[in-house]
Amino acid sequence: MTNKQKHILKVLAFLSPWIIGFIVFQLYPIASSVYYSFCYYDILRPPGFVGLDNYRSLLTDEVFLHSLIVTGIYAALAIPLSLIVSLFFAILLNQKIFGRGMFRVIYFLPSLIPMAALGVLWKWVLHGEHGILNHILRLLHIPAPNWLGSTAWATPAMVMTGIWAVGGSIVIYLAALQDVPKSLYESAEIDGAGFFGKVRHVTLPMISPVIYFNLVMTIIASLQVFVIPYIITEGGPARSTYYYALYLFDNAFRFLRMGYASAMAIILFLIIFTLTMVTTKIASKKVYYAGK
Amino acid sequence: MPANKKSMKKGNLLQSIVVHALLIIGAIAFMFPLYWMVVTALKTLPEVLQSPPLWFPKKLLWSNFKTAINIIPFWTYTMNTVIVCVLSVIGTLISSTLVAYAFSRLQWKGREFTFKCVLATMMIPFPVLMVPLFVLFSKIGWVGSLKPLWAPTFFASAFNIFLLRQFFMTIPMELSEAARIDGCSEFGILVRIILPLSKPVLLVVALFQFIYSWNDFLAPLIYLTRQETFTLSLGLQFYQSQQGGSQWNYLMAAATLVVLPVLVLYFIAQRYFIEGISLTGVKG
Repeated sequence: MTNKQKHILKVLAFLSPWIIGFIVFQLYPIASSVYYSFCYYDILRPPGFVGLDNYRSLLTDEVFLHSLIVTGIYAALAIPLSLIVSLFFAILLNQKIFGRGMFRVIYFLPSLIPMAALGVLWKWVLHGEHGILNHILRLLHIPAPNWLGSTAWATPAMVMTGIWAVGGSIVIYLAALQDVPKSLYESAEIDGAGFFGKVRHVTLPMISPVIYFNLVMTIIASLQVFVIPYIITEGGPARSTYYYALYLFDNAFRFLRMGYASAMAIILFLIIFTLTMVTTKIASKKVYYAGK
Repeated sequence: MPANKKSMKKGNLLQSIVVHALLIIGAIAFMFPLYWMVVTALKTLPEVLQSPPLWFPKKLLWSNFKTAINIIPFWTYTMNTVIVCVLSVIGTLISSTLVAYAFSRLQWKGREFTFKCVLATMMIPFPVLMVPLFVLFSKIGWVGSLKPLWAPTFFASAFNIFLLRQFFMTIPMELSEAARIDGCSEFGILVRIILPLSKPVLLVVALFQFIYSWNDFLAPLIYLTRQETFTLSLGLQFYQSQQGGSQWNYLMAAATLVVLPVLVLYFIAQRYFIEGISLTGVKG
């Protein structure tokens, strides 16, 4: 055995956990998902090939189309709002302030909370009659909607619950903000830029790679939103929070329509892939990489 | 221009007040739900449903926690969760350090490209893997046991490989070369030189994995079938769906108990958390 072969074997040995894991837990499942999506499969009997039937049925499945629409609405609210909220607080935390460490802990803590606990907690906070949120709204003379009992307000309630756990992004943004050279702000000041001018012309371009990274992660996560609605609303009321992943889960594990669920999974994958590509394309024009 | 300077100072003061005010309002909004969880957990049921609500209970009913522990098989759930967390931490530490070593300390053709593939796997949505993984684990008889929750961690996770690689890259290559000249094997270099220098990042990886496993909900929901095998997250959801939404004080007590270990862990290792999270974004 030559030295080169020995070296390759060594590298493969170190890589082997990932190679095996990739094949068994990722590649094989993706390939199976594609195959199952062309099959009738209830797990009790072996999958039977049905061609494009699952995809054809999906096109006329009203629940599927409904779940696609409500997920779109959720994502359209959650993606920009979580971006704005996390950037907003990160920029505030990056000013000259007292107790930055303490504030950072406070904003970060909710993101550590297990989703299940977060779900039951917000189910209580959002309770239409006894919920503390509505009590506060009434005190402030703001109309208090029956969050979880109203088809119009259930999705905003889910978005709000999700945003409460946005602390991880705040910390990531703050770290990026602290890397922006002070001199850039100083020269912007000399050019007469105010607070908003500096944010727009210095801060945002300088941290645009991190914004892009967070944006992609948020897009991927919000299209798969599952745990919070599963716990708080179980998809209700009147399916107004019956998001894509909930219907997919029900198809797979409640109705045992594994083939149908796999077709949904493949479509979700294609949607996420397309959106990530589009975001990357837009980002390649707008994102500024220092030193490149 | 003294006048101009004065007005600028005034502007700065005003700006500082606005910034602090906004931060305080935000902090209240972020902390209040947690406060409300603990306060509700300490109330009697009539107090919970009282209108207008009590901002603070008349008497702190600590016994609610005891009741919650007895209502849900709390210790069984805790035991299951700890087993999954500990095995996952061990699994990911062993496997991810090996893989990260190959991506940072060994030179080979196609390394950067392969690493990009590793990163790309982070974007695979779980629903695409969910059905075949369930089929796979049920075929080998693992559904209903804790094994599907921790066994995959022994095959490295992209996120942990990424974190470890970032850190391993910062260790001077000369250290490895000197050891190689002394006849040390690559595995020996990893164990004797790289790992002792990487304690902070190993701790970050261990913490992240522990919390990830502690918080995971979807995988336990799919794979666990009997109540004796439930983790805390799944057990909490099971309890809330069983009790039908009335005993909010017990439910909040149970939720507090599920949250508490994570928060304690956070406060013990706070510094590492923030460093670790910052690390994920900076090079993203």
